[in-house]
Amino acid sequence: MTLPRDLTDISIQITNVTKVFPKMEKPALNNINASIRQGIITGLVGPDGAGKTTLIRLIAGLFLPTQGTIHVMGLNTQTNSVSLQNITGYMPQKFGLYEDLTVIENLDLYAKLHRLTGKKKDDGFERMLTFTTLKPFIHRLAGNLSGGMKQKLGLACALLGRPRILLLDEPSVGVDPLSRRELWKMIQELTHQGMTVLWSTSYLDEGDKCEEVILLNEGKLLFYGPPKNLTKQVQGRVFQVHVPLKERRMALKQLLKLPEVIDGVIQGSEIRLVCSSQPFSFSPDPQWKPVTPRFEDAFVDILGGSSKEDSILVEHISSKEENSVPPIKAQNLTKYFGDFRAAFDISFTIQRGEIFGLLGPNGAGKSTIFKMLCGLLQPTKGRARVSGFDLKTASSEARERIGYMAQKFSLYEDLSVKQNLDFFSGVYGLTRTQRNERVHLMTRIFGLHPYLNENAGLLPLGFKQRLALACAVMHEPDVLFLDEPTSGVDPLTRREFWSHINGMANKGVTIMVTTHFMEEAEYCDHIALIYNGLNIAIGTPDDLKKKAKTELLPNPTLEDAFITLIERSDHGENL
Amino acid sequence: MNSFSFQRLLAYLQKEGKQILRDPSTFLIAFVLPLIMMFIFGYGVSLDADKIRIGLLLEDTSPTARSLENSFLATSYFNVQASYSRPALENEMTGGRLRGIVTIPQDFSQNFLRGTPASLQVLLDGSEPNTANFVLNYSGGVVNIWQSQLNTEKKIDFSFPVIPQPRIWFNEDLKSRNVLLPGSVAIILSLIGILLTALVVAREWERGTMEAIMSTPIQFNEIILGKLIPYFLLGLGSMMLCVSLSLTLFEVPFRGSLFVLLLSTSIFLLAALGQGLLISTLTRNQFVSSQVSIMLGFLPAFVLSGFIFEIKSMPWPIQVITYLLPPRYFVTILQSTFLSGTIWELILPNLVAMLLMALVFFSITINKSKKRLD
Repeated sequence: MTLPRDLTDISIQITNVTKVFPKMEKPALNNINASIRQGIITGLVGPDGAGKTTLIRLIAGLFLPTQGTIHVMGLNTQTNSVSLQNITGYMPQKFGLYEDLTVIENLDLYAKLHRLTGKKKDDGFERMLTFTTLKPFIHRLAGNLSGGMKQKLGLACALLGRPRILLLDEPSVGVDPLSRRELWKMIQELTHQGMTVLWSTSYLDEGDKCEEVILLNEGKLLFYGPPKNLTKQVQGRVFQVHVPLKERRMALKQLLKLPEVIDGVIQGSEIRLVCSSQPFSFSPDPQWKPVTPRFEDAFVDILGGSSKEDSILVEHISSKEENSVPPIKAQNLTKYFGDFRAAFDISFTIQRGEIFGLLGPNGAGKSTIFKMLCGLLQPTKGRARVSGFDLKTASSEARERIGYMAQKFSLYEDLSVKQNLDFFSGVYGLTRTQRNERVHLMTRIFGLHPYLNENAGLLPLGFKQRLALACAVMHEPDVLFLDEPTSGVDPLTRREFWSHINGMANKGVTIMVTTHFMEEAEYCDHIALIYNGLNIAIGTPDDLKKKAKTELLPNPTLEDAFITLIERSDHGENL
Repeated sequence: MNSFSFQRLLAYLQKEGKQILRDPSTFLIAFVLPLIMMFIFGYGVSLDADKIRIGLLLEDTSPTARSLENSFLATSYFNVQASYSRPALENEMTGGRLRGIVTIPQDFSQNFLRGTPASLQVLLDGSEPNTANFVLNYSGGVVNIWQSQLNTEKKIDFSFPVIPQPRIWFNEDLKSRNVLLPGSVAIILSLIGILLTALVVAREWERGTMEAIMSTPIQFNEIILGKLIPYFLLGLGSMMLCVSLSLTLFEVPFRGSLFVLLLSTSIFLLAALGQGLLISTLTRNQFVSSQVSIMLGFLPAFVLSGFIFEIKSMPWPIQVITYLLPPRYFVTILQSTFLSGTIWELILPNLVAMLLMALVFFSITINKSKKRLD
């Protein structure tokens, strides 16, 4: 149901807006048109580099459009930026807080910048502190707040001037699902009072929850309207297939071979399929259960479906032999930083060819455990073994068997693609002939030829991802460590990435992933849920979902499970 | 509707003040670093010749040569190692233990008493040109003194050619600290004005606070003033600290007026702050702006301001460059204010030049930085 578009109903009018930055080949935004309605949450959805931040800054009057105009409540952003800033509240990425000022000092600054004084100011503070439940922390430095609290304070600062338009640039990045849900509720409350909210995000699942969505990809507008209108397009074409846990990766590979299947992802022990709109050439298996389409299904559909090619990488790596020694074994891993307990008594064993996920909110201790397992941190207590080698006593033997891909791809951005490949092949101790051969192979597998002499920093995001993976697997490691490998990446690139990872797992490579991103967690065979440095739950994705099952929530998603289990841990319940 | 608001400026100033008080790095750069520099220039660095080790080779052992030897031994400039063996001394010099060798040749007293030009050989260690110069000049000085003593004692009137007798003005005792410490004020204020300002502004860009602030109704000139005023005051405070230390602990004379000192410091700070603002506005990155500040602010102030190296002895293209550097003018004003007094003919043109530089930096900054991100 689309509401009639009354002109008075529109608070932000974007007309033919193009933004070109000097020295960039493609425009950051290409002829965007949208009329954002008052009193609702409009999602600005798209992967990193889609142009979301650019559009928000244009609306906030911080950029000038190269072409086209933007009117906010009738004010032209080019000529009326000052009046504009009186009616908009803007929360940039990283929240824009002064970390060396306390909560109340930050609020005070923004109140004064909006010329609030006396009773008005006191009322505003009262309102904001109650709203954000930050009252007990007013004298704490903003830098010492948790991610979720920073986000609330950032929001409070943006709201102090009683704006009519609220612009939020990726408010949910770096914030755990729990705080994300809280924030969502707060923002919804604001729209009930008539506020217009633009919420940008690279999490496609957030798009589903918005009343209207602007979907951007590579600077182009792919869709604008209620998300239902988009998911309607794939209605009846989305299915779930239940397969035995051990066979799901092979099953996905087989299913993607069907010409009608345009997309497939693993969700625990289910495989989710999107089919093309052509009539089926076969009668689908009764096991195929039709499900309600999600925003992401429709997004992939617009993009023309995911690549159906098998990973060539997999053809070129040798199978890892069966071995009685587990590739990764954590025994009572404990790490203290001073008095702070970052990880406590963590034990698990990962089998050959398994994908194992460390899931948990920010600051839970995921990275600490991860770093102890790949030899970047010494545990205070306990042991970490890779292929039987103790990382403490035989760290170089252990490390030779490890491939590591850090967050944001750890590439040398000022070196060319070729130089990056050469460097990493050298670091992993390949011989000269091996090096040349491997660099050549990686270039071919990942289609890096056209970029060989370009600086890694200038690559499109998808190619950065490929290059980073190429650098991490060049020496054919037994164990591959991935630190939040696909957050912010578009769904097609993410699928391509996981097709390589799935293929490698089939060949017996053991994969360890940290993530706070549910989509990634679904690919894992086992997940350890880490919270406050403790392993609060371990099992298959379905196990975790089962644990969170209640009467109210008979069919929990992995995110529901995550939140429920963490809340239970907070209440001291034994899991 | 949205005119300049003192209330907003005040809010920004309060915020900046709190940050200065809480941020240890600000305190370090503004007060601890100047202290360290004062002590280095006051105690550590000395451009004076004092107890330089030289060798004295006596090929002539007549009483005349002996009395010249005594003159060398008596002076406090040199620590003299006398010897009859050339190889022994040359060995010491190659080993770096001597800075020079003065040789009294065999025919010295013969020639001297005959009234024909008697020459001394002075061997110098050219690897340290500054010291070499000292050794040469002071050796000449020792010989002069010895000659005149001889003249008065023996009442013999040799018709010597006129030998230049340098007399040093202003810094009579030739203490280099008297020149260095006033000059160091310019170096320290360059650091505060350029480096510190560039850092704090770039930090706001990096942390996203600049973006958040810009989306409020604040005006750009309020932001600029909000940054300028605190660091201007910090600079003045730092200057006071340096000057009072120079005057008390290091006993540097102060012959000019406090008014000139304050006026010139203020104008210099404006130029430095303008430079710092410009750098950070263009780079928006703490690391790059600190590098640029050191390269374009601190190093030129150190090397090209006339603070340590004399501008007149630089090659002319470099001399031209020094005219573009505010510290050049400020060092001149500082040195004359401390050592000679208020000479308006000297101070005024330098003040005007600094003021022009400040205006240039500010107009570029204001031109470059609209209240926009692109």
